[in-house]
Amino acid sequence: MNPTIVWIVISGLMNGGIYALIAMGLSLQYGVARVINLSHGEFIMFAAFLTWTLYTGFGINPLLSAAISGPLLFGLGFLIHRTIFTSLRNRSPSPAAFEGNSLLVAFGLYFVIQNVALLIWGGQPRAYYYLFHGVELFGVTFVVNNLIALVISVGLGAAFFVFVARSRLGRAIRAAAQDPVTAGLMGVNINFVLPLCFGLGALMAGVAGLLASMCYPISISMGMNYTVIALIVVALGGLGSIPGSFIGGFILGLVGSVVAHWQPALSMVAYYAIFMFLLLVRPAGILGKA
Amino acid sequence: MRILEGRDVTKSFGGLAAVSHVDFHIDQGEIVGLIGPNGAGKTTMFNLISASFPLSSGEMEFKSQKLNGLKPHQVCKMGIARTFQQVKIFADMPVLQNVLVGAFFGTPARVSGSGAAQEASQALDFVGLSAISATPAKDLTLVNQKRVEVARALATKPELLLLDELMAGLNPTEVSEAMGLVRKIRDRGITVFMVEHVMKAIMGICERIMVLHHGEKICEGTPQEIARNKQVVEIYLGEEAHAGS
Amino acid sequence: MSIANLTSRRFLLVAGLLLLLLVFLATFPLYTSRSDVLVLTIILMYIILTVSWAMFSGSTGYMSLAPAAFFGVGVYTAALLFSEKWALLPLPAVIVIAGIASFVLALLVGLVTLRLKGIYFAIFTFGLVVLIRQLLVFWELQIVGKRGQHVIAVSGDTVYYVMLGILVVTLLTVYLIRRSRLGLAMQSIGGNEEAAAHMGVNTTMVKVLTFGISAIFMGAAGAIMATRWIYVDPVIAFNVFYSFMPVLMAVFGGMGQLYGPVIGAAIFAYTERALRLQSPYYYMLAFGIILILVILYLPGGLVSLVPKLQNKLAGLISKFWKGGKAEQHANT
Repeated sequence: MNPTIVWIVISGLMNGGIYALIAMGLSLQYGVARVINLSHGEFIMFAAFLTWTLYTGFGINPLLSAAISGPLLFGLGFLIHRTIFTSLRNRSPSPAAFEGNSLLVAFGLYFVIQNVALLIWGGQPRAYYYLFHGVELFGVTFVVNNLIALVISVGLGAAFFVFVARSRLGRAIRAAAQDPVTAGLMGVNINFVLPLCFGLGALMAGVAGLLASMCYPISISMGMNYTVIALIVVALGGLGSIPGSFIGGFILGLVGSVVAHWQPALSMVAYYAIFMFLLLVRPAGILGKA
Repeated sequence: MRILEGRDVTKSFGGLAAVSHVDFHIDQGEIVGLIGPNGAGKTTMFNLISASFPLSSGEMEFKSQKLNGLKPHQVCKMGIARTFQQVKIFADMPVLQNVLVGAFFGTPARVSGSGAAQEASQALDFVGLSAISATPAKDLTLVNQKRVEVARALATKPELLLLDELMAGLNPTEVSEAMGLVRKIRDRGITVFMVEHVMKAIMGICERIMVLHHGEKICEGTPQEIARNKQVVEIYLGEEAHAGS
Repeated sequence: MSIANLTSRRFLLVAGLLLLLLVFLATFPLYTSRSDVLVLTIILMYIILTVSWAMFSGSTGYMSLAPAAFFGVGVYTAALLFSEKWALLPLPAVIVIAGIASFVLALLVGLVTLRLKGIYFAIFTFGLVVLIRQLLVFWELQIVGKRGQHVIAVSGDTVYYVMLGILVVTLLTVYLIRRSRLGLAMQSIGGNEEAAAHMGVNTTMVKVLTFGISAIFMGAAGAIMATRWIYVDPVIAFNVFYSFMPVLMAVFGGMGQLYGPVIGAAIFAYTERALRLQSPYYYMLAFGIILILVILYLPGGLVSLVPKLQNKLAGLISKFWKGGKAEQHANT
């Protein structure tokens, strides 16, 4: 097999896996909690730096450190929604007003989280080396940690997809996404499910951040790129559709890989081109309702 | 003269047909009622006429001009105005400003500032709200908010006025007043097409009534004919308790 | 309606105060230091950004996160047309062109996104800064071969007066639009977009046009600011901070009245200037927290407190007045 193609496909899937994770997380936060979380990337960044600290400072294996950073980020997301966004929801005169206001609140969160991170870790980029050895696959050498990231992201994404589709809690989540008021009347505890979904979204951001820290150097400003990509994937996949975000993430990852092979600096431009094309032709997205 | 005509009008959402192969017409100067149980497709019909969304299939013409593919603001400028089932006033704006929007933008020709102001105050006078023209619309009672909606629609100088459940939530006195208002509107030369659940109003002022059920027009006729129609009575046996007739 | 206002005493009082303020601002450089002039220049810049942002997002409810992009476009227009390598055009022309460039960009963005739900608009405008920055970095690295541009330096006083001029034009434009049909249409869209459309308002056109107009002055401000910075590169010019500050300032000041964003901008711009060197991360953190708190607990901003303050003041005055009268009666 042509090594170039193997490289493009595998690295596309690797990026795609991370994109799918963060997009599903954002999709949960928008689809259920109706929050356009512009600070999503900052959660990713925060988890990345946390993982770095746990590994370089305390020697904790990054994969195992998920046991710490995962619940921490979930708790953070849950708390933030339970306090800030729930309060905002109760105070907003209409759903449209809530969407606008929560957007701005998330924008504020972006600055809060980023500057907290700056105060903790300072402005220098960091990196660490874990499972940095190479392995050969289809005649091309890949770094082990990248492959592990791929496996984990795909596995987690698929597991989550099944969870939402099959489990009882998943059904409650889907009901709340459709119509929170009615779901509440039907016995779904909205004051629990909404923050839960926000927390789950933060958790997925956390895992993505962990994986990113394993594979790439990290910087305090890394978050915004991820947020924009996640937003585009969510729109591409159909604004709140979990399966759509999953598929859309991989599509964008592959596109990015192709473009990166030709001209690495233009990946965001390519994503935006796709986004614009989508907006002009089929705004509802691949799996969205027209 | 036929002012509004629809042939084989159909609107589906997903797999569900909200309105199904409806043929209908409205003649100029009529007051026509549209009734049916909840979910029959009445508001969808209005949304199709005012171009809130496009038809899935079929045709509609207003004064021989096709309505298919138009946007709401174009339909308004053509001469069709409407009110909404859930009152959609501009809450933070004073009553006068609400009506001014209709006066300024509802007609195809450009309106001067003083012309619009005159049109707006006339409309407010017509519905009886001149005294509170400076009050923010959100501070009004429901019946007055509905009056603002009517005045705003009238300010667009329509030939056809769609009233979506104007009487909903009104007490019997207010219903009678609203009925009088509708008659006054028709006397001004404006054709009225109204969706209603309040039977007293429908029977009292409509010259002709259409009945929708599951998106299909099941019958049409004078109020007396409709009241005697077995099918209609059956459908409404459960509804009459709610209709407050 | 408005004719009675024109001759009312209150209007004359406000006009008089504004004139006084304008005279003060116009003569400011004559009796202050160079650094003071710079601080005021930046405050004026923030007021321009904030008022422009509030004009569109405040009235229509569509949250734009693009000010940084339009500002950056203005900066780079100056960088390209007014650079040390070739002074293609005189400064006034560059500023106008910067405004036009931002206008065109806004029209494009608006035409693509404003006919759809507000979320697409928010997403698109949020990422716009990143997109343009990446494009420019690519262009500079691959095609030009050198990063960054050097802009012709202009005296601090000139920059100040140009910024003041742009601000006056901005305020006039926003004021006139507010009272015009376009302003009424924008407000109706903010009130209930569906109803507005059904009353004959071409909502897409109104949104796109207003969005375009709001971008003009952001671009112009960027262009003149570039002559103060002298060296610009994509990272300096396209900074999401310039999207955040207008939002914070407008929300804090309150968008119900025209002076709300002005006051909000003045307060935060001055604070930012005072704190930026001492503790950059702390004050940005505080600003983020303040934005969240204001949205939660004072969504109408400072402006919404004014009626309450007026009532309290009126109450105090009448108590005082009544008290005085009672004494008079008691003494006779």
